Amino acid sequence: MTALPRGGPGKKLGLVVDLDICVGCHACAVSCKAWNGAGGGAPPADSDPYGENPSGVWFNRVHGYEVVDERGEAQVVHFPRSCLHCDDAPCVTVCPTGASYKRAEDGIVLVDPDTCIGCKLCAWACPYGAREFDEDAGVMTKCTLCVDRIYNENLPPERRVPACVAACPTGARSFGDLGDPESGVSRLVAERGGVALMPEQGCAPVNCYLPPRAKDRDAAEEGDRGLRPAVENAAAALARWAGRLIAR
Amino acid sequence: MFPAGSLIFFTAASGTGYGLVFLTIGADCIGLLAPAAALPAAGVGGGLALATAGLLASLAHLGHPRRAWRAFGQWRSSWLSREGVFAVACYGPAAAWLGVSLDADAPVAHALGGLTMACCLATVYCTAMIYASLKAVHAWHTPLVPCATLALALTGGAVVLTLLSHALGGPVLAASAASWVAAALGALAKALYWRRQARARGPSTAESATGLGGLGRVRQWAAPHGPDAWLLKEMGYRVAREKAALLRPLAALAGFVAPAALLAAALAVPGAGALALAALAVVSTGAGLAVERWLFFAEARHAATLYYGRT
Repeated sequence: MTALPRGGPGKKLGLVVDLDICVGCHACAVSCKAWNGAGGGAPPADSDPYGENPSGVWFNRVHGYEVVDERGEAQVVHFPRSCLHCDDAPCVTVCPTGASYKRAEDGIVLVDPDTCIGCKLCAWACPYGAREFDEDAGVMTKCTLCVDRIYNENLPPERRVPACVAACPTGARSFGDLGDPESGVSRLVAERGGVALMPEQGCAPVNCYLPPRAKDRDAAEEGDRGLRPAVENAAAALARWAGRLIAR
Repeated sequence: MFPAGSLIFFTAASGTGYGLVFLTIGADCIGLLAPAAALPAAGVGGGLALATAGLLASLAHLGHPRRAWRAFGQWRSSWLSREGVFAVACYGPAAAWLGVSLDADAPVAHALGGLTMACCLATVYCTAMIYASLKAVHAWHTPLVPCATLALALTGGAVVLTLLSHALGGPVLAASAASWVAAALGALAKALYWRRQARARGPSTAESATGLGGLGRVRQWAAPHGPDAWLLKEMGYRVAREKAALLRPLAALAGFVAPAALLAAALAVPGAGALALAALAVVSTGAGLAVERWLFFAEARHAATLYYGRT
C-alpha cells in the first residue's frame, strides 16, 4: 500500500549526521556498500568496478562543499547524503505497485525488489536523489537503514546499528528514534540546532543534519592568524635553529 | 531529466490516439460523421491502435516489463497507477460503442460514447499529472503541464481525424477547424510553459539542500562519484542553451504552425493533393510532438542536482 501510514506508534528511526566532525573519509559509504553487498539479496550493481570508469549503486554518497561566508572566508564541509526516511515521502505515494512503502512501526522507507517494476518514478519524486536504480536487477534501490542489522538478534546488541553508524571513525553519525523527544538523537538535534534538508519541498525528512559549529571562525577572528611557536624559550629557539640548519 | 525514447514515443503516440478517439466519438455524437460510414471505425480503431502502440512502448521504460500488471494496484495515491487504470478502461466502452454506433441516436450509444470520451480525457490528464505532481522537478510542477498535454493530444487527434476525413469523405471543414483551435491552444500552453521555465527558479537552492545556508554560499568542490553514475545520467541530463533555443521554434513550427497551414491548403486543393497535404500535416505534427516531448524532459532540472553544484 503506497498510502503513508497514519496514527502509528510515532516511532521515527533515523540518522543524525554531525557535519562539524565528519572528516569525509567515506567509511560510511564503503561500509554501507560492503554490508549490503554481503547480505541475503543481490549486491548493489557495479559497472566497470576495476576499470577506467567505475560506477555503481551506492546508498550513501559523500559530497565535499566549500561554504563562503559574507567576509569571504571559506570552510570545507564534508556532507554524506542518503535516504532521509521522510514522514511525507513522495517516493512512496507515487509508486504504482506498492513496492515502495513506509513502515508503520518505525517509519523506515523500503523497496520490495520482488514487486518493483522499475518505472523509476520514485527516484524522480525524491528531491534528495536518495534512490538509485540498479540497472542489473531492473529495480530501484535505496538505504534500508540497515533494517537487517538493527533488529538482528544474531548480532551482539552494540552492533545493532546501521553499518554506516558502526563504521564512522569520528562518531559523526548517530542512530535513534527521532519521534521520541527524549531520545539521545532528539536531544542532540535540540542542543545543536539540527536542520532538515530542503524543508520547502514538504517531505518532512526524519534524518537531521547538525551544521558545523562556529568555533573556528570565531577563533580566527580573535587576532593573529599566523602560526606561532607553541613554546618560547632558549631550548626551543636552539631546536628551531638546528632544524633550519639540517633542512638546508 | 533524461529524455527516454520510450516515454517520448508513448506520450506523443498515446496522446494522439486518445485525442483521435475522443474527437471521433464527439463528432459522431453531434451527427457530423453521418455521411462517412467508415469513419467511426477508422477513427476509434486507429486511435486505439496508436494508444496501444504507445502503451507497449512505455513498457520498454520499465526494468521489469512483465510485472507491469502490478501497476494497476495503487490508484488511490499514484497518478501512474491511475493512468494505467483509465488506459485499460478505455477499451471496453470504445469497442461497445463501435458495436452500437450505427444507430447513432440510441441513448446507449451516447452513454457508451460519453464514457469512452471521459476515459480518454482522464488517461491523458493522468499522464500529465504524473509529471505535474513532482515537486522535485520545478519545471513540471505547474497546471500548465496538464493544459499543454491535453491540448497537444487534441492537436494530434484532430490532425489525424482531418486526414481520415479527407480520405473517407468526412467533415473536412469541421475537423480542420478543430485542428486549428487545438493547435492554437497547444501553442499558447507551450508558450506560457516556456516563459515560466525561463523565469521561475525552483524553491530549493544548494544552501537549502545542504542546510548550510546559515554559514554562507555553498559550492561543491568534491563530487562523490564520476559522471556516469545512474543518478546524474537520469537526473542531470543537460541540453545546451543554444540547442534548446533552436529546438523550441522547431517544435512550435512542426507541431502547430505547419499542420495548421497544410490543412488550410488541403481545403483549397482537390482530390489526391488534399490527401497528400493532410498526410504531410500528420507527419509534421508527429515530428513536432516528438521534439516538444524531448525538450520537456531534456530542459527540466531535478532538485537533486543541486547537490552536484547545478543550478
